[in-house]
Amino acid sequence: MLDLLIFVGIVLGIIAIAKVVKVLELSSNVKGENSYNITDKENRFQAFLMPVFLVVYFAFIIWQVVKWGDRVLPVSASDHGVIIDQLMTTTWIIIIPVFIFTHILLFYFAWKYAYDKNRKAQFFAHNNRLEIIWTAIPATVLLILILYGLSIWNDVMEPLTPEDNAVEIELYARQFDWTARYPGEDGKFGESSVRMIEGVNMLGLDSTDAKAWDDKYVKAEFHLPVNRPVQFYFRAQDVIHSAYMPHFRAQMNCVPGMITRFNFLPTKTTEEMQEITGNPEFQYILLCNKICGAAHYNMKMEIIVESEEDYNKWLSEQKEFLVVEGNEAKVEIQEVEEEEIIEESPEEDTELSLLNTK
Amino acid sequence: MSATHNDNDFLFKYIFSTDHKMIAKQFFLTGSIMGLIGMLMSTFFRLQLGYPGESFPFLETIMGDWAPGGVLTPDKYLALITLHGTIMVFFLLTAGLSGTFSNLLIPLQIGARDMASGFLNMLSYWFFFLSSCVMIASLFVEGGPASGGWTIYPPLSALPEAVPGSGMGMTLWIVSMALFIVGSLLGSLNYIVTVFNLRTKGMTMTRMPLTIWAFLITAVLGVLSFPVLFSAVLLLLFDRSFGTSFYLSDIYIAGKALEVDGGSPILYEHLFWFLGHPEVYIILLPALGITSEVVATNSRKPIFGYRAMIGSILAIAFISFLVWGHHMFITGMNPFLGAVFTFTTLLVAIPSAVKVFNYITTLWKGNIKFTPAMLFAIGLVSTFITGGLTGIILGDSALDINVHDTYFVVGHFHIVMGLSGTFGMISGIYHWFPKMYGRMMDKNLGFLHFWLTIVSAYGVFFPMHFLGLAGVPRRYYQNTEFPMFNQMYDINELITVFAIIAAAAQGLFIFNILYSIFKGPRAPQNPWKATTLEWTTPVKHIHGNWPGEIPEVHRWPYDYSKPNAEEDFIPQTVPLAEGEEDQGH
Repeated sequence: MLDLLIFVGIVLGIIAIAKVVKVLELSSNVKGENSYNITDKENRFQAFLMPVFLVVYFAFIIWQVVKWGDRVLPVSASDHGVIIDQLMTTTWIIIIPVFIFTHILLFYFAWKYAYDKNRKAQFFAHNNRLEIIWTAIPATVLLILILYGLSIWNDVMEPLTPEDNAVEIELYARQFDWTARYPGEDGKFGESSVRMIEGVNMLGLDSTDAKAWDDKYVKAEFHLPVNRPVQFYFRAQDVIHSAYMPHFRAQMNCVPGMITRFNFLPTKTTEEMQEITGNPEFQYILLCNKICGAAHYNMKMEIIVESEEDYNKWLSEQKEFLVVEGNEAKVEIQEVEEEEIIEESPEEDTELSLLNTK
Repeated sequence: MSATHNDNDFLFKYIFSTDHKMIAKQFFLTGSIMGLIGMLMSTFFRLQLGYPGESFPFLETIMGDWAPGGVLTPDKYLALITLHGTIMVFFLLTAGLSGTFSNLLIPLQIGARDMASGFLNMLSYWFFFLSSCVMIASLFVEGGPASGGWTIYPPLSALPEAVPGSGMGMTLWIVSMALFIVGSLLGSLNYIVTVFNLRTKGMTMTRMPLTIWAFLITAVLGVLSFPVLFSAVLLLLFDRSFGTSFYLSDIYIAGKALEVDGGSPILYEHLFWFLGHPEVYIILLPALGITSEVVATNSRKPIFGYRAMIGSILAIAFISFLVWGHHMFITGMNPFLGAVFTFTTLLVAIPSAVKVFNYITTLWKGNIKFTPAMLFAIGLVSTFITGGLTGIILGDSALDINVHDTYFVVGHFHIVMGLSGTFGMISGIYHWFPKMYGRMMDKNLGFLHFWLTIVSAYGVFFPMHFLGLAGVPRRYYQNTEFPMFNQMYDINELITVFAIIAAAAQGLFIFNILYSIFKGPRAPQNPWKATTLEWTTPVKHIHGNWPGEIPEVHRWPYDYSKPNAEEDFIPQTVPLAEGEEDQGH
């Protein structure tokens, strides 16, 4: 490829030099007389190139579709992804014919109506009927697309309810890695603040908060049970990141100072997806999709989707915050345990664990 | 208006000129140089993307410790993409495009002796020049230039700890943009005032060429939206330098929690895109205006639907202020707002479709002369369709979830905004070069330039859609961490090869310009047989544009191939014949 590059460079260089010479000749021969006028022959040649270009352009697109078409993301691994993909297909079905039709008209007319000194262009300045047609048709089609798109958008963004029995996960982004936090047995996330980040307590969990003690957090990979809704909460500690899970058609920014949300229902386990893609190495991934600094390009986490039993087994093997934090925190916790339980107010619960409030 | 100083004084003729034609050339020169720098940057980072980790020793020669051992470092990769975006969007396609053609054509096409205020016009250029210098200077400061992407979202852009470029380089970026905005406002106000007040006798609003309509509405967009960017970067400057927290809250970085609270980066995004989206049309409208003029002139046929064209410019401009949220569907913004922005965004497609069909109908039954300007104008219609249609996918919030910030977006906006804007600008240069420099450009170089450019440009940006549909994120230094993206290396390689060809092809254009300025054949009075007023001025520039009285205008600007007329064009200065109807009324 590099050789090709050098070759192309040399060819272009030669063309450029040849042109320089030609231009110099031209200008000395005709001394600036009308050499800028485009002759009929040249005009016809340029006109001829119009349909040629059209064919080359379409052929190039078809070549890409044939060669790379199977590299696009595989079938959606989430429930809502399926309807998003349908909307995508519908949109393609609408825009591809428009693309082909307008391009054919553009380059066909350009070729067909090339200059002919024996002909005069038609003085055709306006036609209200035509204008109305090509305002009304796009307007109608777009209106349908808008209504269809918005109905999908509302479906996708619909919040979960407590009846959904969702798994709750907090994805925590920082330069340059991800951490996933599970609420533990009590089903409630503990309070946290960047001001409490210290040593191994990298999420800044409040060790005086009883809800935090059984929280579990993992790095490098996190697990999801198949066919159970997942409620994600996203946080970031330093700059904006974006949690992008392409196979699930899911993406949400992680913004310092606020908690963002997204939910979906995973419908295919990692194993199933390995079969579908025919790739035994296949893994679902979470990646950062908002420029976040020099190592933005390698901020990743793997997602394992598995059966509910496997998921529960995996989760039970993960260490609780209290154990991670170590003895020092434990002593502190014991001291405050009593008042903490008294002080605990329902408002605080709503902050993170929306679904568990009654 | 007509200057009192001596014309032979080099300083006042070429440097501190208040003549709009000279200022247009100054904008063109500065904008083009910036554009070339931006293009060069893109080939450098394309090398890294096409051949990740491979050593190109000449990169070290040029960039020193940005590319130790000939491999670009990750943070300098971000610096290059940031400056590439900033330079192309603002310096080439805003100041370079509007600055050149609004300045050149507004007084000439409406029949004015100069801009309303020549002095402010001069200041406008000098603020732009200063701003360019500051932006280039930021390449050389410690830590390198701004590296947070051209949108410079805080906190990344607010905290020097977050990325090396957010130190001095970012401060200079803000200073440069502040100067740029001042220059842009001075220019825009001047354009608006000039168009409203200095039209010659008979030049009613509906007899103005579509170029002028486009420049006028562009200037209005600029005046309404750039001040918002100004306030956005001003608040950012406060956050960076004076310890405020407009955009910052709950941040822990470089081993300590910061004393910032209550701010929101989302506020910045709203302010930025309130400019950022109209900015797309600040780039596109002048390009479309130039295309209208070039297509009509070279089809020897009136532009189809003159009033519909004006209406669509106004509609696009109006809607462009109501769509900024489509850049923010997945920021955590309320989904209801997302729905509203989807609705308004897809509406833009209607006036855009009207414009496309009108261009195509203008070609229909025309008598087309394929000048290089015409080729680029046809190219623009093609890129506008191609890029515009994928906008229907990105503007749909539900679909945006999965393609947001992927290469699909990069492909989309480079085609619809980058290529269309550039093609419009290049088309304008080929068309009005005789007016700018009194000489003609070489047509054969022009033909070659066009075909190489359009083929390689599509070769660069079309494959990006496939990368995006495979989920490849933009702004990644390399994809080696992700096997599923890394297998796309051959697509990236192809893109890089085309990018280098595209860049090399611009060498033809530069050579053609430089050669023609000095050695090109002398331009005749009206080389393209056009109807508009600029072709009635003397080929050799004079202050005040017309030696005698300013000509009076009697008809609209598109009387090409009018039935019963002898020639296939009737200049605007020719009075209506008895019983002849003027289309402009």
